[in-house]
Amino acid sequence: MPQLIAEIENEIVDDFALFDDQMQKYEYIIDLGKKLAPLAPEYLQDDFLVKGCQSKVWLHAYMDNGLVYFEADSNSSIAKGIIAILIRVLSGQKPVDIVNAQLDFIDKTDLRSHLSSQRSNGLTAMIQRMKSFAASYAQ
Amino acid sequence: MSTIYEYPVNVAAMLDVNKVRNDFPILHQKVNGRPLVYLDNAATSQKPYAVINAVKEYYERYNSNIHRGAHHLAHLATVAYEEARKTVARHINANEQEINFVRGTTEAVNLVASTYGRQNIKAGDEIIISAMEHHSNIVPWQMLCEEKGAALKVIPVTKEGEIIFDEYLKLLSDRTRIVSIAYVSNALGTINPVKEIIAAAHKAGAVVFIDAAQAVPHKAIDVKALDCDFMGFSGHKVFATTGIGVLYGKAALLEKMPPYMGGGEMIKRVTFEKTTYNELPYKFEAGTPNIEGGIALGTALDYINSIGLDNISAYEQELLSYGTRKLQEIDELRIVGTAKNKSSVLSFLVGNILPYDLGVILNEQGIAIRTGHHCCQPLMDRFNIEGTCRASMAFYNTTDEIDALAAGIKRAVTMLR
Repeated sequence: MPQLIAEIENEIVDDFALFDDQMQKYEYIIDLGKKLAPLAPEYLQDDFLVKGCQSKVWLHAYMDNGLVYFEADSNSSIAKGIIAILIRVLSGQKPVDIVNAQLDFIDKTDLRSHLSSQRSNGLTAMIQRMKSFAASYAQ
Repeated sequence: MSTIYEYPVNVAAMLDVNKVRNDFPILHQKVNGRPLVYLDNAATSQKPYAVINAVKEYYERYNSNIHRGAHHLAHLATVAYEEARKTVARHINANEQEINFVRGTTEAVNLVASTYGRQNIKAGDEIIISAMEHHSNIVPWQMLCEEKGAALKVIPVTKEGEIIFDEYLKLLSDRTRIVSIAYVSNALGTINPVKEIIAAAHKAGAVVFIDAAQAVPHKAIDVKALDCDFMGFSGHKVFATTGIGVLYGKAALLEKMPPYMGGGEMIKRVTFEKTTYNELPYKFEAGTPNIEGGIALGTALDYINSIGLDNISAYEQELLSYGTRKLQEIDELRIVGTAKNKSSVLSFLVGNILPYDLGVILNEQGIAIRTGHHCCQPLMDRFNIEGTCRASMAFYNTTDEIDALAAGIKRAVTMLR
């Protein structure tokens, strides 16, 4: 039984609450990206790019034992950190839970406020892509 | 503490940067809790009180449509607008009927391509540009070539970002009709040898358009000494407002060119059978113009002339060499564009860090630079890169700000690497 998505979201909100300024938030996000497991070269192809991201974000999803797993990489350290957060929240979850995830932590952490509008659109594109993978597995 | 006074006396004496900075209200603010360091001047410049107040005064005291008005305000507005045209003319050593107010450099290029170009270019003709052109000085010529079956030829640039002059000479032929070149590269800062480029083009029988958008804010320009046929620049890059620019053209060429847009102002007499066109420069100024923009531009040029372009150039060259030295001290930092003759632009990459990421982390420290391809995708292709970080300095920037940039980059690199 995976940890509840809402619980992981709360952990992230708590982590962000520790930071005094935006630089620390960026450091945290970038470090999460650095810790992300590498993506196999066969997925670093245009077919796996998330459309709508200004930087390149490659996303691969697979199903194992009824749960959806995500792996990703990016040429941008910041975008890689952002997808790492989404992976922490959504990877290893049941398809239906991913589809229904509210992802309130994004507002609670004020994550979008320092992203440019293009980056913010990129975040939305990443979430949509992850949810559509989950939806295709849910059927 | 201001490090400007660490410089030799003769350098510090050129320009009192602290005094100059007081003319620019926008510079005195904090961004993300840190003092704003504005190093995006090649994208747009900030505005001195003189310009802001000139626009305010126009709207508070004498806003009116210009020309033909019988009333007092129309007279004041017309005089101010036409005085601005004279100021521009004096500034680049042109005659006032050769100064056409346009929206900006982009419109200046498009105007020449659409009028002179359409009138004079035939199938098989050639237009020469360089590999370091801004998209605005590529696409209008490409459109013209496609329409006419002409060919666009491109002068290659060296790895330092300099035009290969011998290659340019090889491209020139009796098929060359137009040469269109940036005076100063927006992405690299390279100052091109436009006088020599113009002379060689004239020898081949071609006319020359000079994209002076990045030159006018930094150096004195004399169109007669250069002998250029056309020149375009933008007001907002030279401390005036957005939406105003200049197309200079030799009167003899402008006279022969068809109008660009039809409408009010550009006509002498309209009947349903036939319209005759107004004289220069009104022939190319259809519709109510950007009146406050013209006034703002005249004011901005007066302002920089009060400081002196020689002082500005010398001070900016000091900033450039200080900045170059400071950035080169940073591990894995590579300056893109190392021409011998450069304007105050520092384009750079650090290791394999994405420029955009670096720009974001600098912004968090209050530092404004530009990242990306700078509207020069073919030039980026030349260097096999997708883009750069670009810090572009104006005369109100300081060595302290360069220090802040260098420290900001180091901090960002520690985070991103």
